[in-house]
Amino acid sequence: MDTQTKGIKAHLAAHMRDFGLLFALIAIMVFFQIVTGGTLMRPVNITNLFLQNSYVIIMALGMLIVIVAGHIDLSVGSVMGFVGALAAVLIVHYNMPVAVTVPICLIAGAAIGGAQGYFVAYWRIPSFIVTLAGMLVFRGLSLWLLEGQSVGPFPKSFQIISTGFVPELFPASWGEGLAMLFDARKFNVLSFALGLAAAAAVIRMGLQARKRDMDYGIESEPAGLFWTRTLIVSAAIVFLMFKLSTFRGLPNVVVTMGVLIMIYAFVTERTVIGRRIYALGGNEKAAKLSGIKTERLTFLAFVNMGVLAALAGLVFAARLNTATPKAGFSLELDVIAAVFIGGASMSGGSGKIIGAVVGAFIMGVMNNGMSIMGIGIDYQQVIKGLVLLAAVFFDVYNKNKQG
Amino acid sequence: MTTLLEMRDITKEFPGVKALDQVNLAVKGGEIHAICGENGAGKSTLMKVLSGVYPAGSYDGEIHFEGALAQFQGIRDSEDRGIIIIHQELALVPQLSIAENIFLGNETAKAGVINWHEANQRTSALLKKVGLKESPTTLIDSLGVGKQQLVEIAKALSKDVKLLILDEPTAALQEGDSRKLLDLMLELKAQGVTCIIISHKLGEVRYVADTVTVIRDGRSVSTLDAKAGLSEDQIVRDMVGRDMSDRYPARTRRAGEMLMEVEDWNVWHPEHSERQVIKDIAFNVRAGEVVGIAGLMGSGRTELAMSIFGRSYGRGITGTVKLHSKEADVSRVDRAIKAGLAYVTEDRKSLGLILDETIRFNTTLAHLEGVSKGGVLNANAETKVAEDYREALRTRTPSVFQKVGNLSGGNQQKVVLAKWLNTSPEVLILDEPTRGIDVGAKYEIYAIINELSAQGKGVVMISSEMPELLGMSDRIYVMNEGAFVGELSADEANQERIMSLIVNE
Repeated sequence: MDTQTKGIKAHLAAHMRDFGLLFALIAIMVFFQIVTGGTLMRPVNITNLFLQNSYVIIMALGMLIVIVAGHIDLSVGSVMGFVGALAAVLIVHYNMPVAVTVPICLIAGAAIGGAQGYFVAYWRIPSFIVTLAGMLVFRGLSLWLLEGQSVGPFPKSFQIISTGFVPELFPASWGEGLAMLFDARKFNVLSFALGLAAAAAVIRMGLQARKRDMDYGIESEPAGLFWTRTLIVSAAIVFLMFKLSTFRGLPNVVVTMGVLIMIYAFVTERTVIGRRIYALGGNEKAAKLSGIKTERLTFLAFVNMGVLAALAGLVFAARLNTATPKAGFSLELDVIAAVFIGGASMSGGSGKIIGAVVGAFIMGVMNNGMSIMGIGIDYQQVIKGLVLLAAVFFDVYNKNKQG
Repeated sequence: MTTLLEMRDITKEFPGVKALDQVNLAVKGGEIHAICGENGAGKSTLMKVLSGVYPAGSYDGEIHFEGALAQFQGIRDSEDRGIIIIHQELALVPQLSIAENIFLGNETAKAGVINWHEANQRTSALLKKVGLKESPTTLIDSLGVGKQQLVEIAKALSKDVKLLILDEPTAALQEGDSRKLLDLMLELKAQGVTCIIISHKLGEVRYVADTVTVIRDGRSVSTLDAKAGLSEDQIVRDMVGRDMSDRYPARTRRAGEMLMEVEDWNVWHPEHSERQVIKDIAFNVRAGEVVGIAGLMGSGRTELAMSIFGRSYGRGITGTVKLHSKEADVSRVDRAIKAGLAYVTEDRKSLGLILDETIRFNTTLAHLEGVSKGGVLNANAETKVAEDYREALRTRTPSVFQKVGNLSGGNQQKVVLAKWLNTSPEVLILDEPTRGIDVGAKYEIYAIINELSAQGKGVVMISSEMPELLGMSDRIYVMNEGAFVGELSADEANQERIMSLIVNE
């Protein structure tokens, strides 16, 4: 074996987790694309896929931070349902304007997260128990708020949170021309342009990080591997955006999601507060003795989770155009599963935003694909459970082999 | 009296260290035999060999028990023969009752069904023997440490004990409880039970022991007959009598202006609020000075350091800390760091480092402000800081992106030092800075300490290794049971004096 392939092999072994996750997602998508006879990748389905999973992904961002900090939040599904109910009652029953309702709901989410975080951080009650209580409390409060009924519909201005699409900024003739070129009925140029820009950004950031690593003599991945990975990711972005462009364009919620993913990736990897959360989860005592205010940080992690759960609640209610007492039911399990599939450790201190997002997509694509295939909900549950176990087993197996 | 136990030429090696070197121990039936020695002399290792924690074959030498060669493969084997150890940390389940604990693993059961009546009855009889009036159904939780110790002894008696070994049994006890325990030992002796007691407290040793074996540096130095009247000086001399060669880099002493003064420092136990852990302690450190704190394990040295460093230990803390003659706010860790304090913890793995993270991550952790702007980290600045300390402290690692969990003990300690030096402290409190580090790395750590003091920083060094304290300190405070019992200058300090300050409470 020549040295280059050896280097690639060694790198793949060391980063089994990251690559495994990416390839698993691709493999799952290819698999469902084939067995659904191409339905999976149809523009309308891709749009649906994003809309269906946006709230899971939004909550997975907060859940990742909570889990990295060494805790868990079982209440997010209930909180999400509760905030959706709150929004419905305020808008539909009290005729409150959307611009007032949204901030109120987000503040309510922060308060809920803060209340739970208070008991976890300052009274050291295990988060499992506090949030289990929260799960019951807010499930009950949603029922009470809605009086057991579905409340809706919402005004248009609220629905666009989820079901709106970014407007076209480019001249209409461009879109018509491109639609003709690609044999599509219409074409949203802005969406496609954003896709190209995002792909370019991925390549640029990858190159920058690579250069930095080389400057400091860190072993970076072999060039071949780097380009394969980067090109796959950017091609996938361009491909998805192209598909979206030929339908109704980029959904608003995907923009929100994309911005949030970038913000949280930045915060966790590049800021002081992000660093401290990893330290807190990695070794709380050592973090505390290094001058980190561990209680306050734990508290803030839960406040943040509350806000994101509230946002997810708004997105969900806007998509269904109604608030139902069952909204968000058992969704916390999907969110938690996404984070663990994404490589976070139960004991805290490790896990990445991008991993959680990919984990959420793996769950989402499976949900979607199996539904198209007409697989019953019973089998779906079994399969999802086994995938979660397999992902974590793969992790532990790798660690044992290395250790 | 016949010899009950004889350990002949026991040698036990760990990778790189000879923990026991041809140790001999002979215990006569029906006597109380004391084993004395400094921390790390090899007492606990010897007892682990005896009880089978280190199974036969993993050490050299022979154990003869009741006249026959014994080859224990585990604790179970030695317990079956009637050898029972009561460790410093008690092995009781707090949520279970006395009776449940006593018969744990040895239940009075038939076909898996426990006969509680029999268990309680037998427990009552055992408790009477050790002088406890509690009901067998009392939960361990509700007993004090002293009584828990007695329950442990009752548990040992339930197993037909022939040789009872007590490892530092009075370390956590108050005066009255200690006396009760020692009297119980004498009573058991009268009933024919042979005991081995491991203790630092020479007063106690003289009170109960018939024979004393002194261990030093993994060798049995002497066996003394205590019945004929034994002076503590004699034991102390044997415990510490080793020569000091140049294991320490030379240092020039230059105590400058007053840096830190701690006054009237009092701390209470975080859970047992009636127990005062630190009593009226006052000390000071000058610029460029290395001040040692000597004392045995459990004397409260770590608790003192941690209570000063942002009240990380204890409650009800009173007293003042002055830096440059001005009262400093050390009420939280971040404030203590800001005031100019740094504390290198005793247990670097569980308190000092985040083992799953890189050297760079750990190096900058206590002073992220230095490598960030507006809360955003500067990766290049971070790497530079980590690289600078790697060079300055000569940390041996392929890169600063190595996980600290993969480093050797000495290099891990350098990363902890780097983390604290990066906060630019004025006073560093080093708690057991060379524990678990090989000799070469120790010398390097000493050199770093000397360099820091040459830069005008104040260093407080807590250590259980007396030669290290004597070799490095300009001044030594001697601590015992939460209070300072003496202060010695480098010229007047020697091991005998420190030991006798500790043992002559």
